[in-house]
Amino acid sequence: MTTANQNALAKYKNNFLKEVEANVEDGHWVKMCMQCGVCAGSCPLGPHWEHSPQKLFMMIRAGKREEVLGSDSMWMCTSCYNCIVRCPRKLPITHIMHGLANYAHRLDLAPKGQPTRDIAKLFWDNLAKTGRVNELKFSLAMYFKDGFGQGVKNAMAMQATGLGLLKAKRLNPMEIIGGHKCKDISGIKKMIAKAREIEDRRRGLA
Amino acid sequence: MTAPIATNQTILVVGGGISGLTAALEAAECGKQVILVEKTPALGGRTAQLYRYFPKMCHPTCGLEINLKRIKGNPNVKVMTMTEVTAVAGSRGDYAVTLKVSPRFVNESCTACGECAKAVQSEVADAFNYGLAKVKAAYLPHAMAYPQRYVIDPSIVGTAEGEAAKAACKYGAVDLGMKEETVQLNVGAVIWATGWRPFDANRIQPYGYDRYANVITSVEFERLADPHGPTGGKLLRPSDGKEAKNIAFIQCAGSRDENYLRHCSRICCMATLKQTQYVREACGDGGKSTVYYIDIRAIDRFEDFYQNVQKDATVSFVKSKVARIAENKDNGNPVLHGVDTEGYHRYAVEHDLVVLAVGMEPEVTGLREQGGLPADIIQDSSNFIEGSKDGGMFGAGAASSPLDVNRAVQSATAASLKAIQVIHKTASTEAA
Repeated sequence: MTTANQNALAKYKNNFLKEVEANVEDGHWVKMCMQCGVCAGSCPLGPHWEHSPQKLFMMIRAGKREEVLGSDSMWMCTSCYNCIVRCPRKLPITHIMHGLANYAHRLDLAPKGQPTRDIAKLFWDNLAKTGRVNELKFSLAMYFKDGFGQGVKNAMAMQATGLGLLKAKRLNPMEIIGGHKCKDISGIKKMIAKAREIEDRRRGLA
Repeated sequence: MTAPIATNQTILVVGGGISGLTAALEAAECGKQVILVEKTPALGGRTAQLYRYFPKMCHPTCGLEINLKRIKGNPNVKVMTMTEVTAVAGSRGDYAVTLKVSPRFVNESCTACGECAKAVQSEVADAFNYGLAKVKAAYLPHAMAYPQRYVIDPSIVGTAEGEAAKAACKYGAVDLGMKEETVQLNVGAVIWATGWRPFDANRIQPYGYDRYANVITSVEFERLADPHGPTGGKLLRPSDGKEAKNIAFIQCAGSRDENYLRHCSRICCMATLKQTQYVREACGDGGKSTVYYIDIRAIDRFEDFYQNVQKDATVSFVKSKVARIAENKDNGNPVLHGVDTEGYHRYAVEHDLVVLAVGMEPEVTGLREQGGLPADIIQDSSNFIEGSKDGGMFGAGAASSPLDVNRAVQSATAASLKAIQVIHKTASTEAA
């Protein structure tokens, strides 16, 4: 268990709603949910995930911390914003879903091997290195995330698309060595570190 | 027409529905001079358009008839129909009011014999039946209309049909030369009993009121259930005229929603519980009502009504705000999609007919922007009238809050008392 998780458990005891309100982006909106179910019924991915937003909000209030933070449902959100548009109480549901996912990730309670989480991690690592997204390296990292053999298979399957992108000059093979980057990489890194520090202090994750 | 005599001792009541009638009568029966103005050609408002009242399930004819009789017998009330307030100047105790009187093209000689309607072929949308049917362009607004006088629709004035209606009248009551008039009045106090209108269901896009014939509103359902309505009281659905037996009621259609009406319209739960009994009345044990709701708010003392409906085997309740409605193209049945809150089960249920329990929007919504409501009027965040800054104008009935008929009458009586106080103060100030 991470220290951050132990700290949160100690600090909020059994009051998970309070923890969500303090640490999850837009978490203070959760208590405004009146359980009408429009978000659940409006979600295009609704039938494919276990916990609808409506259900997650009720679970938060019921103190089901492990189930909520370990759920893969909020990772399934595609940000279509249907729920936000239709919510009769104007809860920023999409943002809360992302906030929950982020918090679960920071406490390392998010499900292992959840594909959206893996992609998000790869994307962030790629971006944070040079301040620019290196699409070639990002794609390769995606292909090979499940091992070398699977990576080769993935690359072969995507061969035609890759060559097409190359021909259309949408993919630069020279990106494999270093690639384009920001002028002031160390400045970017300092900025990210500072932002992280402020956020951690605010959310008690330090 | 000649303008009625009015002074700063006169009370103006705007709106001739159940609240306006009540406010006018209470003041008039206290000896005050009252002018009652009504926008449409007849008194009674939306109350007259109901099939039955809750909780006693009696007909509005009953309550309205008594009030109309009181109006007829009281010389203190002057009724002006087809009249709107266009401006209010001055302040408490001394208002100058401008009224616009639209032409009826029928004068006081009318005996409501109906010969003019027989002479006319053109039809116009029947406002009394919320446009579910058509009426002749020379029409009586509805069976109980007061005044009992026909109306000639402006669309046939200046045509051969208009002339035919005039020729058919044995009493010289058709006057096609009538013009719109402006009337100026002085009054001491104003009661705004401007009422409500059903929320525009077209705006609730996921429910497809504009796309699916078999999605209707609760006010339209009242007309379907009424034997004097367009279907003779049979619950025939619009798409194919088939008798609807499996009917869904969707609560909070517009209400309790920050995107539409932020308030609870308060009456819709009781209205739906009442309407489930129309289904029972029409179909017996073969009917089926399903109520989709967030919370059932059977206001005030009506919890027993709710409990009795719960015992009715033909009525079931689903705790869920329906997310969207689709249509089964084969049979025209609306299909309701959503997730219920008691167990989080995903459903897709087909019904013959869907009734949207639409919310109450104050009729004055948007009027201020058009200059039709005095700047002095105070409205709440849902546009209900709270009163006026100078304390000489009052909201009454559903103009002041979402109220059922019973509470609208109480509210109107209270507003009437406040207006009488203004008149008394004005009189005593002048005497001093």
